[in-house]
Amino acid sequence: MAYAATIGEVHEDHRPTGWRRWLLSTNHKDIGTLYIIFGAFGALFGSVLSLLIRLQLAAPHGTLLSGGEFQIYNVVITAHGLLMIFFFVMPVLIGGFGNWFVPLMIGAPDMAFPRLNNISFWLLIPSLILLTLSIVVGSGPGTGWTFYPPLSSIGQPDPSVDFMLLSLHLAGASSILGAINFITTIFNMRAPGMTMHKVPLFVWGILITAFLLLLAVPVLAGAITMLLTDRGFGTSFFEPAGGGDPLLFQHLFWFFGHPEVYIMILPAFGVISQVISTFSRKPVFGYLGMVYAMVSIGLIGFVVWAHHMFTVGMDVNVNAYFTAATLIIAVPTGIKIFSWIATMWGGSLTFETPMLYAIGFIILFVMGGVTGVTLANGGVDISLHDTYFVVAHFHYVLSMGALFGIFAGFYYWFPKMSGKMIPEWMGKLHFWLTFIGVNMIFFPMHFLGLAGMPRRIPDYPDAYAGWNYVATIGSVLAFSAGLFFAYIVFYAFKWGKKAPNNPWGPGATTLEWTLSSPPPFHSFATQPHIP
Amino acid sequence: MRGIFQLIIGIFFCFLPAIARAGKPEPWQMYYQTPATPVMDTLYDFHALLLVIEGIIVLLVAVLLVFVIIRFRASRNPTPAKTAHNTLLEIIWTTIPVLVLVIIAFPSFKLLYMMDVLPKADLTIKAIGNQWYWTYEYPDHSIHFDSNIVPEDQLKPGQLRLLEVDNRVIVPINTNIRLITTSSDVLHSWAVPAFGVKRDSVPGRLNETWFHVKKEGIYYGQCSELCGVKHGFMPIVVEAVTKAKFDQWIASKKSGPQTPNKG
Repeated sequence: MAYAATIGEVHEDHRPTGWRRWLLSTNHKDIGTLYIIFGAFGALFGSVLSLLIRLQLAAPHGTLLSGGEFQIYNVVITAHGLLMIFFFVMPVLIGGFGNWFVPLMIGAPDMAFPRLNNISFWLLIPSLILLTLSIVVGSGPGTGWTFYPPLSSIGQPDPSVDFMLLSLHLAGASSILGAINFITTIFNMRAPGMTMHKVPLFVWGILITAFLLLLAVPVLAGAITMLLTDRGFGTSFFEPAGGGDPLLFQHLFWFFGHPEVYIMILPAFGVISQVISTFSRKPVFGYLGMVYAMVSIGLIGFVVWAHHMFTVGMDVNVNAYFTAATLIIAVPTGIKIFSWIATMWGGSLTFETPMLYAIGFIILFVMGGVTGVTLANGGVDISLHDTYFVVAHFHYVLSMGALFGIFAGFYYWFPKMSGKMIPEWMGKLHFWLTFIGVNMIFFPMHFLGLAGMPRRIPDYPDAYAGWNYVATIGSVLAFSAGLFFAYIVFYAFKWGKKAPNNPWGPGATTLEWTLSSPPPFHSFATQPHIP
Repeated sequence: MRGIFQLIIGIFFCFLPAIARAGKPEPWQMYYQTPATPVMDTLYDFHALLLVIEGIIVLLVAVLLVFVIIRFRASRNPTPAKTAHNTLLEIIWTTIPVLVLVIIAFPSFKLLYMMDVLPKADLTIKAIGNQWYWTYEYPDHSIHFDSNIVPEDQLKPGQLRLLEVDNRVIVPINTNIRLITTSSDVLHSWAVPAFGVKRDSVPGRLNETWFHVKKEGIYYGQCSELCGVKHGFMPIVVEAVTKAKFDQWIASKKSGPQTPNKG
């Protein structure tokens, strides 16, 4: 897709300044920046917690998080999960990159509902405050990020769990409003000639994600409302003594929870498509196939939820159905993997940092994908459910999938967003440190899981010590890589060279590269026309 | 079939110190514990099939990536091709994965139904999860007792930290055993890796599973659903003995004192 570079030059007009620019912002780029900064804090918070978890598990007899008979450990794993999902991956990928680049890529002046955009972001601040409060109120939510009742109801009566649930209500409202905004923008604000079959794959990724959010998050809202009334108002939706059923909660939670994992990965798919195409200097191979693969992943994602529940004692035919449905997801995912490789095939490849992250994404996502195929089988899952094998699997698709997508996108778009270049050697060093670090953490977890180590335990039988030690070393390495990344960003802002409009050459064909770096406050002074 | 897979697994992991030979984890273990039941045998073989298929897929993608990186780098291929689709190729990489999934699905369903369909049970055991210990009942013999972790300072030599309990579940070998599980408070999960058994203990529900131990031995497991602060400290120990020893144990239990039934 080559778009004509016919964008009129900047003529600045009124813009708010100082605190008004940020607090009252209705500009998609400023809101995107706010989301990315917010996500960086979430990432820092969540990573420190993950380092604490690994230090606790570095050797048997860990006492670092032993407060309250290890309640603190349970609080830390809960907060780590929620922070990484709701306050890092989603804000950066959807709120950050989505806000920044969906309007630019489709040639729109801004999002459809700029004020709604503002409230979507600012709802996250009280949400994070509530989550932080939940950690310090009472004994903290030691329920795991899935907060299954009865542990999250009668099992933990103090108000910490209520704070956590209210935090999720706000984050959910933020997501729903954001989703409405993206859907409306993408359907109604494309530049003339930008048909749905011409919009870049990143925009498709965000569009499908927005639909998943719109359909899944209200179910979560319902589930946590029922849990809140069970806890506070004497209802018994999930309380067997009152005729309720704890498994009802699990069904509702995973009806949200499974689409949620695709919510985290589909925008990353989009980023990877843009990056691979740019650095192969070729259009994406099988564009339509890629679009329909993402659509079918989104659709099937809604009918596979109970593969998280193979051990709860469902009917065997139900388990068989969920096994089959889950296996099917491998097909569209395979189409995407092969299409990316075919995009590179015949291309003229260069290996700047974003491309390294994209290639790393492909191979590691395939590894996370095949362990997903293992776990999809209801029979095998019995042996691996709630073990470290599952932890390894979902970190391969998230901590390597979504995270590598985020880094690929960040290095790709940082020159555009900031107007500064990141020195290549720094980015490459960061990539290799991260790549080695995360593999060292999560690959041994497959072994631990196969050997039977359950997840969410604060101390383990001595036989598991070896691989746990390796994982902890890896996490120190990955964490140092994270600190180095913070320095890279600081360095680029302070000493980075000025970025040209398009630093990536002829492969970067989407509309954002026709604008200056950083783009003017009001993006398209003249509406672009797509031939 | 099984021999071939075990050979392949053996080659994959031949550099390992040891593949575990008992119902407990070993240091630096990289694979399943030795199967102790027919269900786990089937699961083990099926997992080996998965491992081979998935290994080939990962290898294929890795080889393709390395090839593309070398062959199509800008210095070797300065002018990019313009190909953007190839219908035949796309059909192929859609249908072949479907066929692979079909190959996976058949043994998968076989295993699933084998696990679920309970053969005629000779003995029933009820495991009740509590925060944070297990209560076991043998309804056929009117026996019930609690099973608590042995604290670290009371471990005898040879006992495993975090895995040993004061009262083990004693079962006869070569017997179909029905396990019924429920909970008195929050969710728990009764799991023994070497048996291929994991069943959630849900308050208000009776969940059922089964196992058939082939060899005498001690088999360890741990609670497998987060159940609060001592989730990591309520292990499961099953001791499989001959039928004669089992009958002796039943007799001694009936005459001896029992812990009060809290279930």
